[in-house]
Amino acid sequence: MTNDSIPDLTAFDDESLNQAFAALEQQAREAAAKINSEEDVEAFKLVWLGRKQGRLTEVSARWLKAAPAAAKKALGVRFNALKAAVEELLESAAGTGPSDAALKAEAIDITLPGTRRLLGAEHLITRTTNEIVSVFAALGYSVGVGPQVETDYYNFESMNFPPGHPARDTQDTLVIASQERRPLRDRLLLRTHTSPVQMRTMESQPPPVRIVIPGRVHRNEADDATHSSTFYQVEGLCVDTHITFSDLKGTLDHAMRALFGSSVKTRFFPSFFPFTEPSADVQISCIFCGGKGCRKCKQSGWIELLGCGMVDPAVFAFAAERQPAYDPKKISGFAFGMGVERIAMMKYGISEIGQFYSGDMRFLSQFV
Amino acid sequence: MKILTQWLRAYLPGLTVSDAQLAEDLTLRGIAVEGIFALGSGNGSLYEMDITTNRVDAMNHYGVAREAATIYGLPLPELHYPLPAAKPAAQAFSVRIEAEGACGRFTARVLRDVTIAESRDWFPGAEVATYFALLEQKKISNAVDATNFAWLAIGQPTHAFDLDKIEGGLIVRLARKGERLKTLDGVEHVLDPEDLIVADHARPLALAGVMGGWDTMITLSTKNVLVEAAWFDPMAVRRTARRHGLHTDASHRFERGADFNAAPIASALVSKILLANGGWIEGDLVDVRVPAVEARTTQRNPIPLKLREVQRILGATIDTEGIHAATVQTVLEGLGCKLATQHEEHAAWLATLPSWRLDLEREVDLIEEVARVYGYNRFANTLPAFGEGVKTLEWAESEAAVRRTLLALGLHEAIGSTFCSAADAALTAPQPGQVVPLGNPLSEEAGVLRPSLVPGMLAMIAGNLHRGVSDVRLFEMGTVFSGTTEKVEERPALVIGAAGNLPETGPLHPARALDFHDLKDMVEQILERFQTRAIYFDRFPIESGLMPQWLHPYRAARVVADGVTVGWFGQLHPREAVARKFEDPVFVGELYLDRFYKLPLRKPIARELSRFQPVRRDFSLILNENIAWETVDRALAALQVSELVEWRVREIFRDARLGQGEYSLLLGVTFQASDRTLSDAELQSFQAQVVEAVGKVGARLRT
Repeated sequence: MTNDSIPDLTAFDDESLNQAFAALEQQAREAAAKINSEEDVEAFKLVWLGRKQGRLTEVSARWLKAAPAAAKKALGVRFNALKAAVEELLESAAGTGPSDAALKAEAIDITLPGTRRLLGAEHLITRTTNEIVSVFAALGYSVGVGPQVETDYYNFESMNFPPGHPARDTQDTLVIASQERRPLRDRLLLRTHTSPVQMRTMESQPPPVRIVIPGRVHRNEADDATHSSTFYQVEGLCVDTHITFSDLKGTLDHAMRALFGSSVKTRFFPSFFPFTEPSADVQISCIFCGGKGCRKCKQSGWIELLGCGMVDPAVFAFAAERQPAYDPKKISGFAFGMGVERIAMMKYGISEIGQFYSGDMRFLSQFV
Repeated sequence: MKILTQWLRAYLPGLTVSDAQLAEDLTLRGIAVEGIFALGSGNGSLYEMDITTNRVDAMNHYGVAREAATIYGLPLPELHYPLPAAKPAAQAFSVRIEAEGACGRFTARVLRDVTIAESRDWFPGAEVATYFALLEQKKISNAVDATNFAWLAIGQPTHAFDLDKIEGGLIVRLARKGERLKTLDGVEHVLDPEDLIVADHARPLALAGVMGGWDTMITLSTKNVLVEAAWFDPMAVRRTARRHGLHTDASHRFERGADFNAAPIASALVSKILLANGGWIEGDLVDVRVPAVEARTTQRNPIPLKLREVQRILGATIDTEGIHAATVQTVLEGLGCKLATQHEEHAAWLATLPSWRLDLEREVDLIEEVARVYGYNRFANTLPAFGEGVKTLEWAESEAAVRRTLLALGLHEAIGSTFCSAADAALTAPQPGQVVPLGNPLSEEAGVLRPSLVPGMLAMIAGNLHRGVSDVRLFEMGTVFSGTTEKVEERPALVIGAAGNLPETGPLHPARALDFHDLKDMVEQILERFQTRAIYFDRFPIESGLMPQWLHPYRAARVVADGVTVGWFGQLHPREAVARKFEDPVFVGELYLDRFYKLPLRKPIARELSRFQPVRRDFSLILNENIAWETVDRALAALQVSELVEWRVREIFRDARLGQGEYSLLLGVTFQASDRTLSDAELQSFQAQVVEAVGKVGARLRT
C-alpha cells in the first residue's frame, strides 16, 4: 500500500493537473488490486478516504488551497472524479468477500449426484388416454363415461350382437354371480368394450353427438404378453345429419397423424363388427420403420391399430326407442375404438402388457 | 383356412394378375390373405386366409374366386357336374325331415357298386391328390376325400354313409333322451332332446351338421354309398356342437349359414368323384325341402336400394365423382345379386339376394358391399362439420387436481387389479357385506369385484418388496364396487401406499423412514385442493369395532371433511403386515373421491402481505401424554387474536427429566400486524394470552 506523502503541486495548468491526478488514480488502482481480505478493505478505506489523514483529504488540503483562483475549478472537477474513482474501487473491493483460502476450505464434491426428490410419474395408460382424448377434444368431441358393470342389453343386445354370438358366452365375458334367473337383457356383466356408453349417450341426448369414451373393460381371457383380462379402450361416436364413411376416414386419418406424427399414413380394410356397417380395420404406416418393413411391423410396413365403421342402423333403432331423433333414414354416424395399451406399448416400447398393472416402481419411474 | 391359387385360377382362366397382387387386392377387400407361401414352379402359391365370421361364403376356393372375379370384372363360370344317367330304383330312398325348423333341405343320392380306394386326380376339376398334397390335407379314401374336396371347393359340407348299414331310410329329427351315438372320432355320446340328429328307422346315425356316426362309416369293404348334402339351421347345429364339445369344419359352416342351393351341386361333385372309380347311380336325387326355410334363404324378398342412400352413407371419393350407379351395379351383380331397376332416373333398384350370402339382409349390407369392393382407400378423407361445444366430465378438473398433487408429492401412479379375494374384500370393504362376487372368476384370488383399492395396493407393495424394491410410493385412482349382485354401485376412490425411506436421502443426508405423518401430509395436501369449512382427523376406540380391520388401531385416522367421512389412512395393521411378509411398516390410505368431487375446488385468492416485521417467539411447553396437539391448536385458534398469524409445533421430545407420562412441545408462534410495527407492550400482552390459553388446556411453561 502506498503511503508516500502527497507531493506538492507547482504547476496548475491542465496538463500538469491531468498528470498529477492520473498518477494518484494509478496509485489507488494498484492499491485496490492488492486488496485480499476484509482488513485490506478497511486499510484502503482509511488510507484513501480517511477523514483526517486520508490521501484525498490531504490533496484537498494541500493542492486546492495552493491553487490560484483561476485553476480552482479545473482542479475541483478532477478531484471529484478521483474521489468517485476511489469510492468505486472501494465498493468493488468490499464486495470481494471472504478470501480465496477461506472459500477453498468450503470446497465440495460437485460430482456427487444431486439429492433426489421423487417426481411422481403419471401412469402411461392415463397419459396415453389423455393424449387420445385431447386429439378428439380438439375436433369437437366431448368426454363420456359409463359403468364397468353393465347389463347384457347395453353391452351386447343394443350393440346388435345376435343372441347366440360367441362374445356373449361366459367363456369370453366375466359375469356377476347369480344372474341366471334374471331376464337375459338385465343380466349384469363386466363390460367387454366401452361401446355401451354409445347407447347410454344416445339415450340421454338427441343428435348431434360427438363423444369420446375412455374406459376400463374386462374379458375372460388368460393373461399373456399382449393380452390382459383388464384393459383400456377409447371409443368415439359421431352422429349427425350427413356423416359419411369419408368423414370417418378423414377423422381417423387426422387423429392418427396427431397422435403419431404428421408423416403417418392410414389404410382402411373391410372388417366386421356387429354394431357398425360398413366396418373397417385401420392400419397406420409403421412408426418404427416409416413403412419400409421391420421386425415390429412383421416386415409389412403397416401396423393394425383400431376398428371402426358406420353406426349400424340396428343400433340407431335401439337408440330410437328412447330418442326418436335417431332415425337411420335421417341421420348417420360413425364409431371407432382403440386399445390404449396397444398404443402405449408401441409409443413407449413396452413388450409385456402385464407391466402396466404390476405397480412395479422400477417400471413406473421410467416415465416421469 | 388355406387357399391354393392354382385352384382359384382353375375357376378363373382369365385371371392374369400375380399371386402377390391378387393377395393384396383380396386383402384390401376384406378377404384377408395373412400369408403367402410359394409352392414351387407350376404349383402357384398357398394363401393363409383370415376371413371374418360373417363371410363364411368366402371360406372356400369357389367363394374366393367369386370375390376375385368381382374385383377384376371377370366372368365366373357356374359350377355344373353332369352325372351319368341313373338306373331306376325299385323304391325311392326314404328321407323324412321331422325337425322342420332345424333342417331346411336334405338331399340323398344312392351310389352302388363303388370301389373304396386311394384318391387320385380323377378328372379336370377333381384334382384330389394334387390339391390335397399341396394343402397337406390327409388322404383317407376316395369317399371321405370327395366330401372334403367338395367342402374345400364350394364350402358345402356333405357326408357319405355306408348305405348297407342304414336300416330303412333316413329321418332328420331331434334326439330322444338317453339315445346313444358313437361318432366318427370314436366317442360315445348320450343324446339330449335338443340335439339334432340324422337317424335311420332304428337308431341315431349322425350328429346333423356336426359329425357322422361310427356305425355307418365308410370302410374298405363298403360297396354302396349314400351321399348326404343338406342345409341345417345355424342355431340347431350350434346347440348340438356345443353340447358335445365338438367344433368341426361342417359345424363351423352350418353355424354361420350355409348356401341352401349348394346341396345338389356338392352332392353331384362328391358322386362324380366316387363314380370315377366305378359304380352307378340308383334312382333320382332325393331332395326334401322345407318351404318355410326356403323362403328365408333362397327365396328372400328383394330389397330396395337407392344410389342416393349409397352416397349419403359413403360420401366423397378421391376422384371426387362419388359412387356411380354403374359401380353399384357391377359390384353387386358380380357378387351374385340380381338388380332390377326401379326408377331409372333416380337410380333405384330392387336387389335379389344370392342364396350363399345370408349375411346380406338390408340396404346397408349392400352399401357395405359396394364400399368394400370399390375399395375403402379410394374414398376421400373428409372431416365432418363441428357439432356443438365440447363438454368435459364434471369431475374432470377435480380428478386432475388430485392427480397433479399426488404426482408433485412424488407418488407414482399405478393401476391394480379390478378383482380381489373374498377374504381381502371382507377385510377392506368400507360397507361391510357389500361385496359383489363374479359368476365365472378368473381365479379364486380374483373372485369378487374390489370393494376397496386397498387389496390391490397391498398386492403391488408386496410385489415391489418381494422384488427387492424397498422404497415404495404409489397411488391408484380407480373404481370400487359395492351393492349386491342385483344392483352394483360404482364409485371413484384413491389409494395411497408407501413404505421404506423418503427419497431425499443420499450420501449427504441421513436416511429417514417414511412415517404416519408423511402420509398425513399427503392426505392434507389433497384436502387443501378443495374448499372445505372444517376438517378433522380422529379414530375410534378399538372396542367400538369401528376401526377398519386393515389399519393399526392406534396409528390410523379417519378423515372428516365438513362432517362427512372422506377416508381412512395410517399404518397397515401389523397382523396384515405379517401375513404378507412385510418386515417394515407399510402405510396405506384410502380416500373416497366421490365425496371429494362433491366439494368445490379451492380457488386461491391473494391476500395483502404485511409490510411490517413479524415477531417470532418460542414457548417450551410440558404436557401430559393424553393432551394431543389438537387441544393446544384449538386453544390458540380460540384466542381470535388477529396479530397471532401463525403457530406450529417446532419440536416434540421426551426425556427422563420430565414427569411421568409427560412430554415437551416447542411451540413456535408468529405475531404480525398488517398496519403497524408491534410495540413491546402489545407483544407482552399477546405472549401472556398464549401462555394463559395453553395453560387452560393443561400445558405449562418449562422453566
